[in-house]
Amino acid sequence: MWKEQKYWNPVLETLPHGKIRDLQLRKFKKIFEWGYEKSKLHRSLYDKAGIKPEGIRSFEDIRRIPTVEKSMMRDIQRKDPFPYGDALCVPLDEVAEFRQTSGTTGQPVYQADTWQDWEWWSECWSYILWAQGYRPSDRVFLPFGYNVFVAFWAGHYAVEKIGAEIVPGGVLDTQARILKIQELKCTAMMATPTYVLGMADTARKMGIDPVSLGIRKITCAGEPGASIPTTKKRMEDAWGAKVYDHAGATEIGAWCFECTAQSGGLHVNEAFFLVEIQDIETGEYIEEPGRRGKMIITALDRQAQPCIRFDSKDVIEWSAEPCPCGRTFRSIKGGVVGRADDITKVKGVLLSPSAIEEVVRGIDGLGNEFEVIVDKDGDIDRIMLKVEILKGREGERKQIEARLKDQLRLKTNLGYILEFHDYGTLPRYDVKAKRFKDLRKH
Amino acid sequence: MMSDQDELKKIADKIAALKKTAEELRDLGEDIPALYRNARRILAGIKMLELNVSDLAE
Repeated sequence: MWKEQKYWNPVLETLPHGKIRDLQLRKFKKIFEWGYEKSKLHRSLYDKAGIKPEGIRSFEDIRRIPTVEKSMMRDIQRKDPFPYGDALCVPLDEVAEFRQTSGTTGQPVYQADTWQDWEWWSECWSYILWAQGYRPSDRVFLPFGYNVFVAFWAGHYAVEKIGAEIVPGGVLDTQARILKIQELKCTAMMATPTYVLGMADTARKMGIDPVSLGIRKITCAGEPGASIPTTKKRMEDAWGAKVYDHAGATEIGAWCFECTAQSGGLHVNEAFFLVEIQDIETGEYIEEPGRRGKMIITALDRQAQPCIRFDSKDVIEWSAEPCPCGRTFRSIKGGVVGRADDITKVKGVLLSPSAIEEVVRGIDGLGNEFEVIVDKDGDIDRIMLKVEILKGREGERKQIEARLKDQLRLKTNLGYILEFHDYGTLPRYDVKAKRFKDLRKH
Repeated sequence: MMSDQDELKKIADKIAALKKTAEELRDLGEDIPALYRNARRILAGIKMLELNVSDLAE
């Protein structure tokens, strides 16, 4: 019976890895040829490098192909064919969906998709939801502002595709969403980690224990929190639910997911995506587990605006151990652990904001919110961390401060100026949080 | 578990037949938007069957 199947597609998800690699190579050649024939941007890039489709025979050949950066997409857009410009591979009247990036790192990039692409998006998400235990008996609440950002749109359609029931919580405010979850006895939801924690706070203020709402599965996206063990634990404890991570992006698709085994890694959907890892400093390609680098990714089947060797700046590493779930798709350890352009040097030490999150969320007595400000005192870098102390725990401040200092030193190798604030006074965020501020002039 | 190459080939053949029928319907729908557009959407769904099975049977 299909509903009892462990895998969304047992054919691909348990394929011996050598066969997955053969499939990837075959599919890469096709998408490369598609981009070369149909996209002026890609053709010009590859002609300049002297690479033609017939020259791609191996993964080594693929590594010689120039990467595409987000800035290139910005440069060609807002021109004809409007507004997508020279990367568009289909006639404009075949574009069925418009989305754009959030603009966190600059001017938003527009993304065109055909209806086939949109089917593909929800197919990618179907792999995710099935692996996380979603089944037709689930009633899934989506507390997401349906708009120009891709966010959970494909999650919505994947819920339909796998045969479960979707409850779109679009323009409702947080209190109304909580009441709707309660009224309809929803069993699962999807949100950013920031919002998952914020919703739990709001429910408690309404006198409702979030555990009593009956949500037993939560799928997160948009921030790394669900792969940060201390943040994951806070979410799971707050809701009495299993919290699963996944990663995706407007220009890429939903490319990796955590499964119910929760083995500390996210599976890359290697039947639909080719992921390469490149050393940030040397440019060397990394095949072995345990070495971090930035991800170069290809969506092997995306049509309207293809994603071919996109330099995502996501920092990842391959896991050493196979996942006990039995999938042969490789995993990345700890999910997306940072971004190449987020990792910054403070006092000469490499710092990833997610390392600070891991520490703060691991200290009992501190609230979920925090803020990090890096600036300069003369020529010397200075880093300040603002945290909230929970109500009723103010008397333990000295002990909490000592633990926080120790853990920060241990996990980040840096000393901080610590500021303690009353609970509820630091800024709250609804979607993607901006907790890290670098005020230094570079 | 369905992983035998012959079984995959059988499924891939059926998907190919389905695709051919959907393409014929699309072509017959040149003057009937309701037929043309629905056949196009069916073809997008068939593409997902190809990604899940046929690509492997090649």
